[in-house]
Amino acid sequence: MSAATLDTIDTVDTLAARARMLGRLRAGAPEAASPVDALDRRIDTHYAQQREQASETLATQTARVAQFQRMLEAAHAEVVCASAAAWPAELARRLAAAGVKRLLLDTSSAEGAALVDALRAAATDLEAHGYTAPIEAWKSELFDRIDAGFTVARSGLAATGTLVVVPDANAPRTVSLVPPLHVALIHARTLHADLHAAVAAERWRDGMPTNLVMISGPSKTSDIQQTTAYGAHGPRALWVIVVTDDEDNASGTTMNVSKPGAAQ
Amino acid sequence: MNTTARTAHAASPESTLHFVPTAEFRQRARAALDDPQLRQSFRGAMDFLQGKRAAQFPQADELEQLRDLGEAVRQHALARLPELLERLEAKLQANGIHVHWAETADDANRIVHAIAQRHAATRVIKGKSMASEEIELNHYLVERGIDCIESDMGEYIVQLAGEKPSHIVMPAIHKTKADIAHLFEEHIPETPYTEDVDALIQTGRRALRRAFVDAQIGLSGVNFAAADTGTLWLVENEGNGRLSTTVPDVHIAIMGMEKVVAKLEHIVPLSSLLTRSATGQPITTYFNLISSPRREGEKDGPREVHLVLLDNGRTQAWADAQLRATLQCIRCGACMNHCPVYTRIGGHAYGTTYPGPIGKIISPHLLGLDATADLPTASSLCGACGEVCPVRIPIPQLLVRLRTEANRAPDEAVAHPLRGQGAKHSKREQFVWRFWSGAFAHPRAYRALRWAATRLRALAPSQQMGWTQHRTPLKPAPRSLHDLLRERDQPQ
Repeated sequence: MSAATLDTIDTVDTLAARARMLGRLRAGAPEAASPVDALDRRIDTHYAQQREQASETLATQTARVAQFQRMLEAAHAEVVCASAAAWPAELARRLAAAGVKRLLLDTSSAEGAALVDALRAAATDLEAHGYTAPIEAWKSELFDRIDAGFTVARSGLAATGTLVVVPDANAPRTVSLVPPLHVALIHARTLHADLHAAVAAERWRDGMPTNLVMISGPSKTSDIQQTTAYGAHGPRALWVIVVTDDEDNASGTTMNVSKPGAAQ
Repeated sequence: MNTTARTAHAASPESTLHFVPTAEFRQRARAALDDPQLRQSFRGAMDFLQGKRAAQFPQADELEQLRDLGEAVRQHALARLPELLERLEAKLQANGIHVHWAETADDANRIVHAIAQRHAATRVIKGKSMASEEIELNHYLVERGIDCIESDMGEYIVQLAGEKPSHIVMPAIHKTKADIAHLFEEHIPETPYTEDVDALIQTGRRALRRAFVDAQIGLSGVNFAAADTGTLWLVENEGNGRLSTTVPDVHIAIMGMEKVVAKLEHIVPLSSLLTRSATGQPITTYFNLISSPRREGEKDGPREVHLVLLDNGRTQAWADAQLRATLQCIRCGACMNHCPVYTRIGGHAYGTTYPGPIGKIISPHLLGLDATADLPTASSLCGACGEVCPVRIPIPQLLVRLRTEANRAPDEAVAHPLRGQGAKHSKREQFVWRFWSGAFAHPRAYRALRWAATRLRALAPSQQMGWTQHRTPLKPAPRSLHDLLRERDQPQ
């Protein structure tokens, strides 16, 4: 559907409303606004100062990993630090132990492929599903039958214990959202000190993806008498795998894996 | 499962909801004060939230600096609001998001309804949105045969109970575990009575799971919007906001028009202030940043995204340089959490969508001073709200200003008249104040008044309106302070 057809129903109404709303705002033309550069500098200075003060927990990669882990664990996530060579087998073992039967992951990514290999090697009866069909084709199955979703975070924020996840065609938004267990892998070298540093370093201002989500723990709520309960609507559990050495990224595995159609 | 959610909602008496007449504010406040259980709920919750917030700001100077930044960001955005709205619109449209402008609550409802009709949608799943509460969207859609299910746990609970939220961040804060246990047992099939919070939340999850799958439209609010990248920034803990904006094929976001800021970077300090002030969390579980509908090749996310920009009285607040500060609000609820009045009467007594101090200063613009004349006076002006506000809204000053506007003569010409100006205007009261200020401005008149008051003190009435409801009558002293001091200073 084109934008033109979509807008026809209420275009007239909202264009008139638009003109009146903007007209009222323009009628009260405000005093000159402070320049944006000055504001930007104030924000930058504030966060630079904060990072300086918290240098013990944010300055080095080791410190950032420790802070990241501390914050995530405080939010009831489980954090595992492992080397690039060791994490696939370790995760395969944990998934099997947790009784996960159907895992949703991007089998075309290096990390996804490494995990599939490790699952095969461990000879578990766990099925690895790629996200091959659009959600409409298998919504109920996604909600009812998938036990866990595996994603690779783009980066992370040490100060708050936050994963920065950018869903894409092979690892869509619902992988980290619908299954009761979300497993996120993050490379330690991608950890930023805080949100301010991430936004600047990754130049978010140059353009944002369809969806970018920051995740800081399993889903939770305190809506009943301020008592925190986990697993409100999103994942009940969040496991975070921090890959601490990256020389040999994801074991370099490129082995072809079949993609069992999730909608089959 | 399918029937579970439906049955639960068929039983909900939500279609009887309307704007509560604020004229009955006093009676409702009295009833709330006489309800020990309600008072205990709020006292406990407010103490808890105050403690959580305080723990998030261990360093006073960091907090004050961050509040300065928050204020600066919001003021910067408001100062160029028309320009930013146009830039946001252009950027969103370029990203493929449809933008609609709604002058009134009714406009916004009609726009949402028109989109639903175009998709022949009968099932809407809602993430938390105070703007949708403000326009009474559920009521509007249900009347037109569209099932509207709240998915935030707190909102779901108040929807089942046929009530409105009593707090903008924690909608069901007035309910006890036992209330909710009874509610779930009654409305959700196969649900035994339990006061175990984990079990209750899992019941809510189970009841709503299918609703996410079946909904044709997901509806949400917006916490912040960045004009430079065309990004809607949503803050939540439960994941229902992400589900509502990801699983259905159409997403409609409703946003108060003041929530736009110039740059994505500017949201960094605001988001930190929001989560720390609201629930005392360093960050919430999810920050969900939406910048476009599903793109070619992507396998989930809505194919169509709409943003409804809501005025509903906001331009009135904006027009006045002092009252514009009202629109700096980021809806954290810290002002109500620290308000001695809110703590004692709870959120429902106000009768407005936004209760507490922020409600008292925003509602007169949304509903008119005539419908809200009592609200600005329901404050001791203790100043706690202004002290905790993360964006430094001078709430006490704005309350005084609104009192002035409510007491101004209805026909008095002013630069930016407020809807309902003079709602509290009383000729008699104005006469008394004029007399009083005249007496104090002229020494001779003052002396005559003093002489008369001390000599005629026996004539002071025993019934003195509101004062004598709870206190002994006021009576002038037999001798004035002037006389007493003169006597003391005279050499013996």
